[in-house]
Parts: sequence; C-alpha cells; structure tokens
Amino acid sequence: MEAENHLLYTKEHEWVNIEDKTATIGITEYAQEALGDITYVELPSEGEDVEQFEEFASVESVKAASDIFSPLSGKIIAVNKDLEADPGLINRSCFDKGWMIKIEISDMDEANNLMTAAEYTKFLESVG
Amino acid sequence: MTTPYIANTPQEVKDMLNVIGAKSIDDLFVDIQPHQRPKSFALPAGKSEFDVIEHIKKLASKNSSELVSFLGGGYYDHYVPAAVTALISRGEFYTAYTPYQPECAQGTLQALYEFQSLMCALTGMEVANASLYDGGTALYEAAMMAIRLTNRKKIIMDGGVSPIYRKIVKTYTSNLDFEFAETPVVHGQSDRGQINKLLDNKTAAIILQNPNFFGAIDDHSDIVAKAHSLGILVIESVYPLSLGMLKTPGEMGVDIVTGEGQSLGLSLNFGGPYLGFMTTRNKFIRKMPGRIVGQTVDKEGRRCFVNTLQAREQHIRREKATSNICTNVSLCALQSAIYMTLIGKQGLKELAQVNLNKAEFCRQLLEKIDGVQVKRSSPTFNEFTVQLPMDASVVVEAMIDKGFAAGFPLGRYYPGMENYMIVAVTEKRTKDEITHYAQCLAQVVNKKELAHSS
Amino acid sequence: MELIFEKSVKDRRGFLPPVSDVPVQADIPAKYKRKDDCPFPEVSELDVVRHFTRLSQLNFSIDTNFYPLGSCTMKYNPKFCEAVAQIPGFAHLHPLLPQLRKGEQWVQGALEVLFDMEQLMCEMTGMDAFTMQPLAGAHGELTGVMMMAAYHKARGNKKRYIIVPDSAHGTNPASAAIAGYEIIAIPSDANGVMNIAKLKEKISPDVAGLMITCPDTHGVFNSQIDKITQMIHQVDGIVYYDGANLNAILGRCRPGDIGFDVMHINTHKTFTTPHGGGGPGAGPVGVKTKLVPYLPISRVVKDKDGTFRLNYDYPDSIGYIASFYGNFALLLRAYAYILMMGKEGLQDVANHAVLNANYIKERLRDILDLPFDRVCMHECLFSASRQTQRGVHAIDIAKFLIDKKIHPPTVYFPLTVKEAIMIEPTETESKQMMDQFIDAMHEADALSQSDPESFHDMPRTTPISRPDEVKAARDLNTNYFAVQGQ
Repeated sequence: MEAENHLLYTKEHEWVNIEDKTATIGITEYAQEALGDITYVELPSEGEDVEQFEEFASVESVKAASDIFSPLSGKIIAVNKDLEADPGLINRSCFDKGWMIKIEISDMDEANNLMTAAEYTKFLESVG
Repeated sequence: MTTPYIANTPQEVKDMLNVIGAKSIDDLFVDIQPHQRPKSFALPAGKSEFDVIEHIKKLASKNSSELVSFLGGGYYDHYVPAAVTALISRGEFYTAYTPYQPECAQGTLQALYEFQSLMCALTGMEVANASLYDGGTALYEAAMMAIRLTNRKKIIMDGGVSPIYRKIVKTYTSNLDFEFAETPVVHGQSDRGQINKLLDNKTAAIILQNPNFFGAIDDHSDIVAKAHSLGILVIESVYPLSLGMLKTPGEMGVDIVTGEGQSLGLSLNFGGPYLGFMTTRNKFIRKMPGRIVGQTVDKEGRRCFVNTLQAREQHIRREKATSNICTNVSLCALQSAIYMTLIGKQGLKELAQVNLNKAEFCRQLLEKIDGVQVKRSSPTFNEFTVQLPMDASVVVEAMIDKGFAAGFPLGRYYPGMENYMIVAVTEKRTKDEITHYAQCLAQVVNKKELAHSS
Repeated sequence: MELIFEKSVKDRRGFLPPVSDVPVQADIPAKYKRKDDCPFPEVSELDVVRHFTRLSQLNFSIDTNFYPLGSCTMKYNPKFCEAVAQIPGFAHLHPLLPQLRKGEQWVQGALEVLFDMEQLMCEMTGMDAFTMQPLAGAHGELTGVMMMAAYHKARGNKKRYIIVPDSAHGTNPASAAIAGYEIIAIPSDANGVMNIAKLKEKISPDVAGLMITCPDTHGVFNSQIDKITQMIHQVDGIVYYDGANLNAILGRCRPGDIGFDVMHINTHKTFTTPHGGGGPGAGPVGVKTKLVPYLPISRVVKDKDGTFRLNYDYPDSIGYIASFYGNFALLLRAYAYILMMGKEGLQDVANHAVLNANYIKERLRDILDLPFDRVCMHECLFSASRQTQRGVHAIDIAKFLIDKKIHPPTVYFPLTVKEAIMIEPTETESKQMMDQFIDAMHEADALSQSDPESFHDMPRTTPISRPDEVKAARDLNTNYFAVQGQ
C-alpha cells in the first residue's frame, strides 16, 4: 500500500504534512480504500481547537461511517470546502486534493508520537 | 405434529437427524446445561384456529366499540376506504422484511419513497423519513435531533402540545442533562409573552402543536421568526389531515415537523400500531433519525430506490447513531400512502371542509345548551373545547350510557379544567348523530343530580 | 415503474368523502390556511389499486419466497392472526376510552388481552412482570436501559458503562448510548461466545449492566451464560436479555431462570407477527421483581372482582414511554398465535427451528467455512471466505440466490465474521424447500469456481439490476416534489 515519504502517519490511518507551524491533515490510501466510495464528509469549523488523537471529522460511505482523529493538536485554520460538494475527492486524491483540514500546530513535540512512512508501511503489513 | 405451521414429518425429522449425526432433537440442545433448563413452562394446551377466534370474539364483545364517537385528543374516528384495507392486506407487502436487498424489495421501497414525498407535500417540508413509531415518540426524536443540531440543552414546550407527548419527551430525557420549560396556554393559544421571555441563546428548540390539544388553530410564524433570530429550532407536532386546509408548518418556517399519522387511513386499534412521521429541511437530513429511502439508478440506468444515508443508523454507527430505532412502522406508512393517494388532491380538500362544517354545526348546537359555553377565541378545525356547568368526566360517563363517547375531559391532564372537555367531529358523524348528541348532552347537563353523583 | 405522481391527471379522483349533510358551510380566516392545494396525485381508485398491486409484486415476501434471513426470523405469519386483528371490537377501539371516568368498563376485553399476555410471557420467560407498551425491540431495549438507570439512581449507584458483546445487534449500543451510558464492547472467544477473561478485565463497579442475546448472533448458546450474569450481579449490575433469538429456546431455557433481570421480546420474531416491510413490531419488556417498581405506566391490574383496570399510581415508574398500551393490534395477533400453539406447539417452534438450522449447516459445511464449528441453535453462521478468494463475495452469492427466487440470508452480519452469511430457515419451512436452497448454494459454489465473473451482473431476473447506492447517497433524492420544484 502506498505511503508518501514526506508525511507522518497515525495508527488510525490519518496523514499529516508539517510545513513550519502548519499541518495539513487527511486520510491515507489504506483508509479511503477500506471505506469505499465516500459519500459525505462532516468537517469542523475554522477556529475550533483540536487535540492530538481526538476526533475532528467523520467520513461516510454507503455501508460504513468512520471518525477521523487529528494527528496533532492545534487550531483549525482551514477546512477543505471542496469536499462538501465532491466527497469523492478523498477517493481520487487522498494525499492531495482530498486533504481535510489545516491546523496551526500548538505542540511540535507531539510529532514524535507519529509514524514515519517506513514505520507506517510496516504497520500496514502487520494489520494485514 | 402439534401445529399446522411446522412442515417436518416424523420421517423427515429422522432423515434430517441422520444427516446431522444426532440421535434426537434433544441432542441439539446440548449446550443448554441441565441446571439452565426451565423451572416451569406451564402454558395452556394448544387450541384450534376456530376455538381461538371464538375466544377472542368473546373478549371483543366486552369492549364498547360501537359508541358514536366524539372522542379525539389526537386520535380520530375517520373513514378508511375499502381499497386501503384490501391493498394493505397483500401478503407481498406485509410478510416482507425491511428492504435491505433492493432488487427484491422495490415494491416496499418505491411505496416508501412515495410516502416520504406525500408527507413533504402535506407538511410543506423538503425531506421526510420512512416513519417512526408514533406521534409521541416522534416528538421525542425531534427534540433529540434539535439538541444534536444546536449543541444546546434547553427545550421549551408549549402547553398546547399533547400532554401525553410532553410526558413521553420528559420520560426519555429524564436521565440526560437537559433543561425543560413549559409555557401555559392563554385563551387557547400559545402564550407569546411567556415564550419570548424564555427563548434565549441556550435554547435548542421550542415545541409547538397545531391545532393544539384544545383544538385551536394558530399561525406560529411570529414565534418561528423570533426563535430563528436566536438560533433556536422550531418543532411542530401536527394533525396531518388538518393540513388539507391549514397553513403548513413549512409555510410558517418550522424546522422539524412530527405527528401522529393515524388519521391518514389507520384504524384506532386501541392505541397502535400508529404512524409516527417526521419531515424537515434538506440541511438537517443527516441528523434525522430513522430510515430514509432515496432514488437512484441501477446498472442499466433505470430509476430505482434504496435505503440511503444508512451511515446515520444503528446497524452501522452503533452507539453514535442518530437514534436506536430499527423496526419502524413501514406498513402503516404504506397504508397512509395508499390512503393519501386515494383521497387525492380534491378529496383531501373536501374532507377537511366536511370535517370543518360538521364540527362547526356541532359547536353551534352545543352553544345553545343552557350552561354550556364553547370557547372560541381562536378558530378550530374539527375539535374544540367545551365548558360545562359541572365536572366533564361525570358528563362523559353519563353520555356513554346513551351510546356516545362524548369527548375527552381536560381535567385529567390540566388541573383546574375539570369542567372542560374537547369534542371532535369527523366526517363520519352524520347530522342526525350530531343533533342527537347535542340533545342528549342537554339532558345530561340539565339533570342537576348528576353534578353531585361523583 | 412509474411513480403514482406521474399517473396523475388533473380533476381525476379516487374518493368521494361523506357528504356534508349539515346546514353549515364553515370557513377559517385566510391567514390560517395553506396557500396552495396539497399536491396529492389525482388518480382513480383503479389506478391506485393497480399501482400498489403491481408494487407489491416487485417484492419478495414470506408468502411468495423462502426468506432465510438470519437474525430476523422470517417464518410464516398465520392468516388467522390477521383475521383476529380485524375484529371490529378491537380494531375500532379508541385508546382514550379507558382514561374516561370509569372508562375501563368499556374496554374490559382489551385489558384482559393485555393482562393475559403479561401472564403468558412471564411463564414463558421466567420474568415476574411484563409491560406490553414498547413499540419495537429497540424501543424495548431503551425502556429496559431506562429502568436500569432508575434502579441505579434509587440505590445511589454512580455507574457509567454498559457492556455489550462485539457481535451484538447495533440497537444494543445505540439504546444504551441514548439513555446516557458509555459502551464497552467485549470480543468473542474461539467458540463464538463472549470471552469471559476479557469480560473479567472490564468489569468494575462503574458497570451499570450488560446487554446480550442468548443464543447470540453467532447462533451459539453460551453454556456459561449464568456465570456471566453472576459476574455482573457481583458489581450490582443489571443483565439485559435481548429477546431477538428467544424463538430458539422456547421451553428449553428461560432468561429469568439463568440470571437475567430484564428482557424484551420481538413479537414479530418469536410470535410471528408480520414484519410489514420493516414494521410495525412490538417489544414487550419483562422484569424480575427488583425492577418492577420502575416499569412504565400505565400497568394493567386485575381486581378481586375479576375486572381489569389501568393503574398509574407507581411513584418510582420511569413514566410514559409510549402514547398508550403498546402496539395493540400486533399484541392481539401474538396472543392468538400463542393460544393456538399452546405449550407443546411453542416447544416445537424451538425444536424444529433448531433442527432445520442444523440440517442446513451440515449440508453446506462442505462448501462454506464455519467460523464456529459446533452445534448451532436456530441459525447457522458461515463465511464465504473460500468463495471470496475466487472473487465471489457474500453479496454476490446473495444476488445469485435472488435469481433463484430465494431471498438471500443475512450477509455481513455479525460484523465479527468476515463475509458472513447467516441463515435462519425457521421452523415453518419444509425439508423440500431447504433442499432447494441447499442445491442453489451448491450451484453458486460451483459457479464461483467455473465462472466467478458471471456473478457481477446478478441478479438478472429482477425488475432492476444492482442499484447505484453511492449515487443515492451523493445526489440525494428523497422527495419527488423537491426534485420537481428545482
């Protein structure tokens, strides 16, 4: 399963891209494939705070619903509004156009709790 | 064999046990330990179909179902056309399961889509679910939905909402951290002054009813405007048949509409099954409880119907579901869809008019009785409040001896209103019945000794 | 098929209301009236009859098809129960009648039915009292959990959690959550029953109770069930019996004898009231003595003189959970069924339901994987894992069966088994019908080896092929008029 090298990952299959103090967050190829065709994304509002490993959104497919957990703590500075009209963006481009939120990171050290691409790939092998 | 509903013959039982490799049926229950067996199972012996029907007919004869009914209170004695009963009795409908396999359930699914559409048309709303249990539990579901939508915990209930429904809402929320306030009814209508005082930015919703329990018609547009200015949702419980004539909740700007659909072609059945329904705005659909049928296409692009937005429901989202509801009242929804289709655009309008006329005729007759007053500070549909010169429950009891279910005494749920009752007049009541009813009521209220008999 | 709205023709009608024979033409002020006429369709009675008759013919149903839907108990619904429900003395009875002064005397027959049902259900389940009010199984669960909460409140217990097995119906955790509890899910062990070691780890004084079916959704009766109920009782927890599978143990075991404190019965399962395409059902709830004070009101009581009345005077009651006395017309059907079946008939329900399920299990074990290979109760649980390796999933086999005019078994439930296929034949099906089903399953298996691709455009014989459910959820269309108005 594909994992992009410059990103960090969670066991719940979220990815985060850290650029300075901003983190862009989405779900991985594994997650979007497991969910199937995504029909709806419930996103938080800009300005809300999120905590590491706490849920901030939910994603629905026809036969499943899944909560999405934040890899890092911080304040939400942007949400991907395109997902409202086109939730399938996550299926088609989970690492790029299907990003979900951007946050201003409040504690950079929390990144130590996340997996690298290599670690995540290994983790995926272990969960089969 | 002990019943005609088990097909296996003794020989087949033997053959099947052979295949299984068991000596007897008892062997199949090996997992139930000896100490786990029943301490008792002393049930009566079986009976024939004929004997059971005779027994139940005998029980039925102990009920007074032949009373000429002026009893309403949210549950009305309307005429159910024969075609409704005939169609709903088709085994293909009533012996089917929840339509989880759409290819072999298009009948149920399309009918429920039509039901949703009809309910939206009737209430003037955008989306409907495929039913809830009954009017009372539907109102509770609406309150919970408003709490989810607003993240607030205060609910205001108008005193004109069915007292039974209000009790239900309170029961379900008693273990939860919610705040309730109730506002009184003044001259039969919602008390704007009190309501305005209570509405604040902590309030999730205000619950109203139209026509209210006293039969009064209202236009709640002003309350809706005020509520919306504070981010409060408005829930309205309605009497669906009245909407053949009355301003719709949609026109008033209401957010969530619920109600009891019994008036749409269902028998009274001593309390159930009935038809809880809910309609709302597009934007709230994902927080709505219950099954929803949606239109889509099959592989060849043909129109078809499926259960949709199932990710809201308990079988997928479990403890995070919008409700715990699973079984709803699909067959009752279908029954009402057939009824609404049959009475049609003209029939609905005319039916509402006939109800209005007959109720007004009855009201005029009662008004002429000495000591009887008919409150009329606001218009009514087919039910209205009557003030008697004595305890209404005593009058109603005396009227039963004359063959009438004369109305519902309000004292049971509204302390201080012991001398009041609500009277419902449907299209089924004839001029003769209404006239006779008024005559009997005059006799009863003018017999002074009655007032002391309690 | 056309929608009824598309058959509408201006000024056509299907109904004439009774004439307004009163000398009054009333009106209400315009501000209270709807602006436009309600756009109900304008069709003739014949249009309506043909439309809904044709719709009905698009359904599979018990009356027309074998319907071995696991966990749903799709058994024959006797016709005489329908006839009983139509008896005017019940069908036309107004629910507010007994709330009139001395009103109970006008509904003695109806109250007697409710009272008798309570007695019969107590005897069948070993409970001490029943309420007939809950309107469905899930409604019964919520009622039960609210009584649980009332019990703990009265004892000053501060409790947060309700335990459910991971194989539970979704209604269990949903009902507990709505009543204000948090959920702890316990996995199953290799035998398909609740893992007692894992349960031990999670049990604490914070546990309010446990909700469980027995036999569980794996079709297995847990021999250690009374050990589990004892463990819950040790922390003053309440044990809830989800009666969804009661039909398997009628006359063989009573929840009340093995430590359960509260339970519901799905009349549409065990007592074969019709499923109605998704309801209405009825979910009577039974309790042991310690929960009796919390039962919802009203309750039916029998006075010394033999008359029945409704009593509302129970200060500890959780209150009103439904508008009236339950889904009476359904309870009446169940009552008729129970009286006709009697003791031996009801025992035979369990006997033959279990026999039939084990027969199917044995006849299919050569082609399907058995996640829990042991004697089953009223349903047998397989996994289509072998077929899945060939590219044929449980859902594909389901669609294959539809072309054989058989309603598919439950698939993908319970969630604990991959590619689950759960088969519940019920006691009312004949060996010949089950053999036909077994043959069809073998045919499906053979085809999964010879031509797995062919499954993907099944079913082919139904009015529609597989629907696009993603489109249904993304481009929501749930109301004909909203779409017309756009």
